[in-house]
Amino acid sequence: MTNRIDEKFTALKRDNRSAFIVYITGGDPSLERTIEIAATLERAGADVLEIGVPFSDPLADGIANQLGAQRALQAGATLPKLLYTISLIRSRISLPIVLYSYLNPIFQYGFPQFEEDALAAGVDGILFLDLPPEEGIDSSHAHRIHRIRLIAPTTPEERIRSITGHASGFVYYVSREGVTGERDDLAGSIPERLGQIRKHTTLPVVVGFGISSPAQAAQVAAWADGVVVGSAIVRKIGELGKDPGLSQKLLDFVTPIGDAVHSVVKGT
Amino acid sequence: MQPNVQIDTSQLPDEQGRFGVFGGVFVPETLMPAIEQLREEYARAKTDPEFGWQLEELLRTFCGRPTPLYFAERLTQKLGGPRIYFKREDLLHTGAHKINNAVGQALLAVRMGKKRLIAETGAGQHGVATATVAARFGLECVVYMGETDMKRQALNVARMEFLGAKVVPVTVGQATLKEAINEAMRDWVTNVRTTHYLLGTVYGPHPYPMMVRDFHRVIGDETRRQILAVEEKLPDLLVACVGGGSNAIGLFYSFLDDQNVAMVGVEAGGTGILPGQHAARFQGGRLGVLQGTKTYLLSDEDGQIQLTHSISAGLDYAAVGPEHSYLHDIGRVHYDYASDDEVLDAFQLVAKIEGILPALESTHALAYVIKHAREMPPNHVVVVNLSGRGDKDVDQLAQRLPRLT
Repeated sequence: MTNRIDEKFTALKRDNRSAFIVYITGGDPSLERTIEIAATLERAGADVLEIGVPFSDPLADGIANQLGAQRALQAGATLPKLLYTISLIRSRISLPIVLYSYLNPIFQYGFPQFEEDALAAGVDGILFLDLPPEEGIDSSHAHRIHRIRLIAPTTPEERIRSITGHASGFVYYVSREGVTGERDDLAGSIPERLGQIRKHTTLPVVVGFGISSPAQAAQVAAWADGVVVGSAIVRKIGELGKDPGLSQKLLDFVTPIGDAVHSVVKGT
Repeated sequence: MQPNVQIDTSQLPDEQGRFGVFGGVFVPETLMPAIEQLREEYARAKTDPEFGWQLEELLRTFCGRPTPLYFAERLTQKLGGPRIYFKREDLLHTGAHKINNAVGQALLAVRMGKKRLIAETGAGQHGVATATVAARFGLECVVYMGETDMKRQALNVARMEFLGAKVVPVTVGQATLKEAINEAMRDWVTNVRTTHYLLGTVYGPHPYPMMVRDFHRVIGDETRRQILAVEEKLPDLLVACVGGGSNAIGLFYSFLDDQNVAMVGVEAGGTGILPGQHAARFQGGRLGVLQGTKTYLLSDEDGQIQLTHSISAGLDYAAVGPEHSYLHDIGRVHYDYASDDEVLDAFQLVAKIEGILPALESTHALAYVIKHAREMPPNHVVVVNLSGRGDKDVDQLAQRLPRLT
């Protein structure tokens, strides 16, 4: 069975372009509006949609994503409702969808049931913020949903090999030490680290954490197979809140970032 | 309450930091190398005589160990039950057992070349202990504390600031210990190369639950010698309050293999065992993963962490140390709880007849003993861990309790 993530990266590679990956919090500002936001992001040029499962204690997230999770929980989002919402999103868009979650919500749901229900809803990948491969939970290779793994600036090379060995779909390089959130500058070590990671895997390698402007996005697109933009968009959604013009304003905000990513054609 | 399992305590936890199904390392990837470094450095330090000597010297001359084992004669008479002893951790420097661990981890931070200490604190006792060792070793110190706790433990905030620490208020969520840990973790992820996270309880990713336990086992080791000297037998029952569970494990650990020593951990019953009104993880909790470890925690079925309540900031936390979860499941330790009201009554009784103002946290253990003393044989010996002193709680208590005028 093919996975939408693999198909998307194969197509982008053929065009020598990088993926524009957009992160939003599921259920922020409401589950209903998440459907509309997902469709808007596809129109804005997103190649992959990352949907955060809201959690009460997001310890790897900066303030923008913390507030996003808080808004979603206050609006009544739960994992079962979010999966149902994703099934509705899936009927409207064809982008690969990756869930981004802390372990506890999925631990409580139960892994086998989650795998089945998420797949049925149209989820293509899952990324856990707080589950190192050593923990063994969920380490089976029989997954139909890809396991996206994080690599950090502090990860030593021998760990990179072990992490990539447990990864599928793509590998996510965290561009800097710290929590999620917008930053003015990019870590200079990104190209070198990507080179190290690529020695150990043929999977696409994407870069995230701290990227918010079109200029930064274009810079990272020249190095990586994908660029993740999250907090800036979550913050924008927070500002727009219940604004009836949310879709258009979000489209206006996100499209230039996507265009910047797609403007980069890599050397052949 | 009779233990039914033979435990080889030297085998806990395993290499992965697991106590049975509990424990482990559930952290963002950025922290993994720092955790590995800490694990290795601690393993080296444990077998380094120089480290052992330094720690012992500091515990003796800086912290004031050994602490006395005190026979609570009037409380014993009043209750008409077993002979009750208090392990006087409240007499330690900074006013609670927390300094045992702070000193140990500060030595490790220096060995690792880390110049900055961060910590979370609930009641403020761990924050004060961390600020103290940071001053003693010339390290920068930042303490994260929930805004709610800063109000109810204002005295400790002032102490930390006098000691040169920066106290950062945490305003999200219910602004108590859990949120302070999240914020400390965020700081650590950001400054991991220069900073040691001096975690204050037997919680979080391996090696913390094991290491913090080891630094506190001196409580039980001393108690063992002291009780044998006065009673010529081991205690029949050990009682300690359990938030994360560091003072309890410190007292219990040396006795785990002694089948005839029963143990009770007392959690915060708050205003009732209903969601949001307590912090008794063994009453309303379930297996889950939070802040680095797998353990019993107060989570709803969707995996969201529930609100907690306790009169004592130090016990007001949604999860419990993984070793306690293990000791609970194998039946070695019995876990009970005391309500806010029982704690207030116990505080007043012990103050008036023993001349001791215990911390509200430790008073949970006393409340259990007061409630159950009559069910225990008079020839039995009970040791209560008086883990901290109540000075920090005076403001809060003055608003709740009547005073003689």
